[in-house]
Amino acid sequence: MKAAVLVFPGSNCDRDMKVALENAGADVTMVWHKDAALPEGVDLVAVPGGFSFGDYLRCGAIAAQSPVCKGLVDHVNRGGYALGVCNGFQVLTETRLLPGALMRNAGLKFVCKSVGLTVETADSAFTQGYAKGDVISVPVAHHDGNYTVDDETLAMLRDQDRIAFTYTENVNGAVGNIAGVLSENRRVLGMMPHPERAIDANHGGTDGQALFRGLIDQVVSA
Amino acid sequence: MKARVYVMLKNGVLDPQGEAVRHALGALGFDGVEGVRQGKVIELDLAEGTTEETVKEMCEKLLANTVIESYKVELSA
Repeated sequence: MKAAVLVFPGSNCDRDMKVALENAGADVTMVWHKDAALPEGVDLVAVPGGFSFGDYLRCGAIAAQSPVCKGLVDHVNRGGYALGVCNGFQVLTETRLLPGALMRNAGLKFVCKSVGLTVETADSAFTQGYAKGDVISVPVAHHDGNYTVDDETLAMLRDQDRIAFTYTENVNGAVGNIAGVLSENRRVLGMMPHPERAIDANHGGTDGQALFRGLIDQVVSA
Repeated sequence: MKARVYVMLKNGVLDPQGEAVRHALGALGFDGVEGVRQGKVIELDLAEGTTEETVKEMCEKLLANTVIESYKVELSA
């Protein structure tokens, strides 16, 4: 399984993402934002957390216009897999690959702690390693994670079983406590919590491992 | 020529920052502030002849996120 991790000025979870994917068995290439083309034969593009372009204008807005993101959009339109975590989720909403937007946390504070997540669907490559209803512990670290979507789109997400994770508590004011959503073809996942920070028993638990392992199992067997 | 772009959260989208400003004004003793909405103003220096249409395209593509924000363009000489 070949994965590419995008790197923007201000990305800071890119190397953690690489380690998480490699531990699960992926062959990982780091790709700089000015590269217009992704490496040949990439199965998964991971958009990491951080503060791309200093969060100027809106979180993820400038990154979404970068040359590499045109490659990302083409990759997704061809049916490729993509995972966006934290700032990566913001980038995926700014490219409109995922619906909704991430606004300033309702409490206005940067939230940095481990939170409970309920797995809302096991029907995706990303969540097949869990059972629906599982509660896992994964860290969050964000200032703008307040997921907002209009009522009509929210109803559609629910009808299509596209809400991947919800918080077990109100972390940031997100509509329906939504922590992560899937694309219509279920091959793109954006989430605010950091599964790549939950892959090592010595560093905050291992509840994120199943996400990477499940993803790689599905892509390798596909 | 110049353009001034006002970007505001759409009506109905809760504005946590505006709400915090409203509370702070109340704490300072300013009674009767019933609502605060916070947005941004973006000033553009443009080549002569740039059309409003082009500025609107800039708003749609980058300056505003039309999922949650609305924008208004003012052109001046």
